[in-house]
Amino acid sequence: MIEISNISKSFDGNTVIEDISAKFEPGKTSLIIGASGSGKSVLLKNMVGLLKPETGAILYNGRDFINGNRDTITDIRREIGMLFQGGALFDSKNVEQNIKFPLDILTKMSEEEKMDRVNFCLQRVKLENTNNKMPSEISGGMQKRVGIARAIVNNSKYLFCDEPNSGLDPQTSIQIDRLLQEITDEFQITTIIVTHDMNSVMEIGEYILFICNSQKLWEGNNQDIIHSGVQELDDFVFANNMMRKFREMS
Amino acid sequence: MRRIGQYIIFLGALFRNPESFRTYVRLVFDECVYIGWNSILLVTLTSIFIGAVMTLQTAYNIVSPFIPKSVIGLIVRETTISELAPTITAIVFAGKIGSSIAGNLGTMRITEQIDALEVMGINSVSYLVLPKIVASIITYPLLVILAAFLGIFGGYLAAEFTSVVSPADFVQGLKTMFDPYIIAFALIKSVVFAFAISSISAYMGFYTKGGALEVGQASTKAVTMSCIAILMCDFILAKLLLN
Repeated sequence: MIEISNISKSFDGNTVIEDISAKFEPGKTSLIIGASGSGKSVLLKNMVGLLKPETGAILYNGRDFINGNRDTITDIRREIGMLFQGGALFDSKNVEQNIKFPLDILTKMSEEEKMDRVNFCLQRVKLENTNNKMPSEISGGMQKRVGIARAIVNNSKYLFCDEPNSGLDPQTSIQIDRLLQEITDEFQITTIIVTHDMNSVMEIGEYILFICNSQKLWEGNNQDIIHSGVQELDDFVFANNMMRKFREMS
Repeated sequence: MRRIGQYIIFLGALFRNPESFRTYVRLVFDECVYIGWNSILLVTLTSIFIGAVMTLQTAYNIVSPFIPKSVIGLIVRETTISELAPTITAIVFAGKIGSSIAGNLGTMRITEQIDALEVMGINSVSYLVLPKIVASIITYPLLVILAAFLGIFGGYLAAEFTSVVSPADFVQGLKTMFDPYIIAFALIKSVVFAFAISSISAYMGFYTKGGALEVGQASTKAVTMSCIAILMCDFILAKLLLN
């Protein structure tokens, strides 16, 4: 479980996130949603240690990620997997080397064990026989799946995804969403996804945190979100015609 | 001042929380091939031509009949070993390798590859930059030795194929009043230049912000700052080591 409490962050005096608290449970796909510029990606970067919050605490199963000692922080970081918006695959390495990279650096597994794990992860994300392809030779959706495989290869306990559906067609987006949900359920990972894709919200939002103007305005799940009664959230959720029609029907 | 402070912190981070020694050996070897081996052709061409031009220009400037022609060989040797081989090659090296390091790290930064390393708990500065600096320090002195030999050889070719000085006079000049200390001087300079080029270029690339435009700007800044640093270090080292 990840607990964040009273997290605030500002840049050059501009507050980007203010006093945000939440709990993210294992085995659930948790979504952080909000309009562009609302601060959701900054919150995610604080949670993975790419930024340091000015106030508040982040606890990974009770271990302090902000003020803990270096060994604790390193241990936590090695339990984190992250899928970046653009995949962030290493250009100079092929698919297999990209996925094997965390094992090469962070473990003492034998080459055979590493390859077994890599092939298992490739199979899990349905990318068998792409081992030798370079990132530039595969599609955006495949790059995202390689990114997921790399994020889970080291048996990560925490999976963070920064807008996993950006730049993907609706069908591929749903495939990625379902894959993330399946992996979360199968390995009981604490998964946190930053998105503003309403399809994802309705499809896999078991816990949803809505951020607006740097603050947490609402939390709940994909069943409650339609009847939240929060004006800002309604404006966000029902911004398109399809969702408005869906509300009228329901 | 803020950037100088950030550069010093950046250098300090090279040795913090390092990965296993085996990891670095492989990375340094790869970088030696990329940085050193891939620069041999460029260094060969520039050194031969610079040595040849040096011979022609020295001959052109010696107009007094009282100065023996063999002096041309001596001047070419001294200038090539102490200045042209380490310094001019460093500027060429900065253009090729410095821009490549900055562009490579800048691209990794804007495509979040560096963030990916950090999230994995890997010290990205140490993992990405230290091997480049070590490989530069290993390979650049070797390139300077090659450049010195080829520069003198280029001077000899100019003597052979033009009539400005006879090859025999040129070789005699090469053997006259040789002080081996200039080799040590050149090698010390080459180590300092290699460190300056690789660390400055890596710093410029590592802190790139923005997109493709900024990566290009970082590469340009890396070459510019490296060239300034080379010339400054050249002056300081000449003052310190040739007194």
